[in-house]
Amino acid sequence: MDTTEKMKTENLNAWFGPKQALKEITLSIKANVVTAIIGPSGCGKSTFIRTLNRMHELVPEARISGQVLLDGQNIYADEVDPVQIRRRVGMVFQKPNPFPTMSIYDNVAAGLKLAGAKKGQALDEIVQKSLQQATLWDEVKDDLRKPGTSISGGQQQRLCIARALAVNPEVILMDEPCSALDPIATAKIETLIRQLAENYTVVIVTHNMQQAARVSDFTAFFYLGKLIEYGETNALFENPKSELTEKYITGKFG
Amino acid sequence: MKIKITGDKIFRFSAGIIVASAAVILIASVYILTTGSTEVLQRFGLDFFMGTNWNPVEGRESFGVLPYLLGTLVTSGIALLIGVPLSLGIAIFLAEMAPKAIRVPVSYLIELLAAVPSVIFGLWGLFVLRFWVLNYIEIPVNANLGWIPIFSGTPFGLDIFTAGIILAIMIIPTVASVSREVISAVPNSIREGAYSIGATKWEVIRHWVLSYGRSGILGAIILGLGRAIGETMAVTMVIGNAVGPNAMPTSLFQPGQTLPSLIANGFLEAPTPLEKSAYIGAGLVLLLLSLLINILAHILVTRVLKVKGGAVE
Ligand SMILES: Nc1ncnc2c1ncn2[C@@H]1O[C@H](COP(=O)(O)OP(=O)(O)O)[C@@H](O)[C@H]1O
Ligand SMILES: [Mg+2]
Repeated sequence: MDTTEKMKTENLNAWFGPKQALKEITLSIKANVVTAIIGPSGCGKSTFIRTLNRMHELVPEARISGQVLLDGQNIYADEVDPVQIRRRVGMVFQKPNPFPTMSIYDNVAAGLKLAGAKKGQALDEIVQKSLQQATLWDEVKDDLRKPGTSISGGQQQRLCIARALAVNPEVILMDEPCSALDPIATAKIETLIRQLAENYTVVIVTHNMQQAARVSDFTAFFYLGKLIEYGETNALFENPKSELTEKYITGKFG
Repeated sequence: MKIKITGDKIFRFSAGIIVASAAVILIASVYILTTGSTEVLQRFGLDFFMGTNWNPVEGRESFGVLPYLLGTLVTSGIALLIGVPLSLGIAIFLAEMAPKAIRVPVSYLIELLAAVPSVIFGLWGLFVLRFWVLNYIEIPVNANLGWIPIFSGTPFGLDIFTAGIILAIMIIPTVASVSREVISAVPNSIREGAYSIGATKWEVIRHWVLSYGRSGILGAIILGLGRAIGETMAVTMVIGNAVGPNAMPTSLFQPGQTLPSLIANGFLEAPTPLEKSAYIGAGLVLLLLSLLINILAHILVTRVLKVKGGAVE
């Protein structure tokens, strides 16, 4: 297993106004593996991954302290443009959110068009490749002009994954990507996540521990804004070091 | 057999009555205006719509509403051209940029402006705005670009241009506050999706927020246009009230007349039944114009704005 470090947070704190949501998180995220973030609701999972692509700062009055490194470079350094970070660190949200005013094609092409891509064969090819990578191409190839919201929830979520892939990110963040989906759609996304880990660094938030066990290589357990335990997924589930982790994974709370 | 009356039934019944009365009022208006203007329509026929004279002198009567129809369109057009970008700017600023401490009071203030009676706008236009427009816009533009027909003439501030400006100001509260509501109603998940693929704030607003809200914003613009077309008092006070061929809006810097201002100026003093019926005919044209614009807008919303590829161009 490739274990170079892709991202790292150092003494990361995050606030919403006066409320502190993350406390002193120091965590390393390895390249080309799936890292799962687990923990009870409200423990800061979403906040954590939203600090990794500077989405956190879009919330009014939200702020952070500490560092987030991407390939060793602090993404919060003054000279860094958050737009560039978000191209390198893509995101898939809890509720599928394809752009309703755009066709399936344009949903995937939107990020590239923002970056200046022109209509044409090259763009068509990237759109097709992204949809293929998201295992959606066969289902929508005849309906590319239909609205992005005209397909099922599971398909919409894969469309959102294709949309993120199209800008060729290095890291993909997923915030409970299956929580709004049925078991069959969930299984498809989980398979897809495993495939993505071959080429991308994936961080997935989930409140479903079986899912974490199924898809991830490493797992981090958060509780009340703190990182309680981090380790290889098997080790963490079979042999938790912390009593809190053990309680959580055995369903004693949360 | 007993009929059960539920809240749902009561609601549907009363809603039905309201819808029906709206339709009845509309049809009745068209009917009353049509019968009221039969005399002038029979006498002048198509000339009533295409003619430019307005001469009530007995024996040489001639009534044509074209200058006022065009005056209405031109002043409303100026109002949209100036008022809509400003309103959208205000709406975007308030909904997307301003901190709450500014957003709440300013939004309230703008909504308050919508409640200012139009005669007050008219007085302000007559005593204040007229001179600003004259000194800072009309005289310099006329001096430099007076050779262009629409800027020609001898400006003195009571004209089509000033009327357009005052209308622009009067539609801003409506257009801005409805657009602000529309923009605020755009789900945040759409903005987040756009940010996540590397859109800047301005791109998010332009390609996503405005695109998602476009039919609502168009609705806001139609509301503003409706107000501009029908506005009477303020326009009457600043437009200069030209009559006959002189009222043709050939230059923005000349006095003109709109359909509402024509009616307001003349109806009560109209001495003969024929002249009275000419004013009622002007009312009919105004009503038909408003209906036509609303129908066109409806078609625009349903046909043109349906999802199509290439929202990001
Ligand atoms: N927009 C917000 N404004 C204020 N507090 C927030 C906001 N979003 C999240 N929080 C708070 O931050 C904490 C962490 O939330 P979150 O990261 O969403 O948790 P999780 O994803 O693990 O359920 C919670 O206490 C939550 O109430
Ligand atoms: Mg969450």
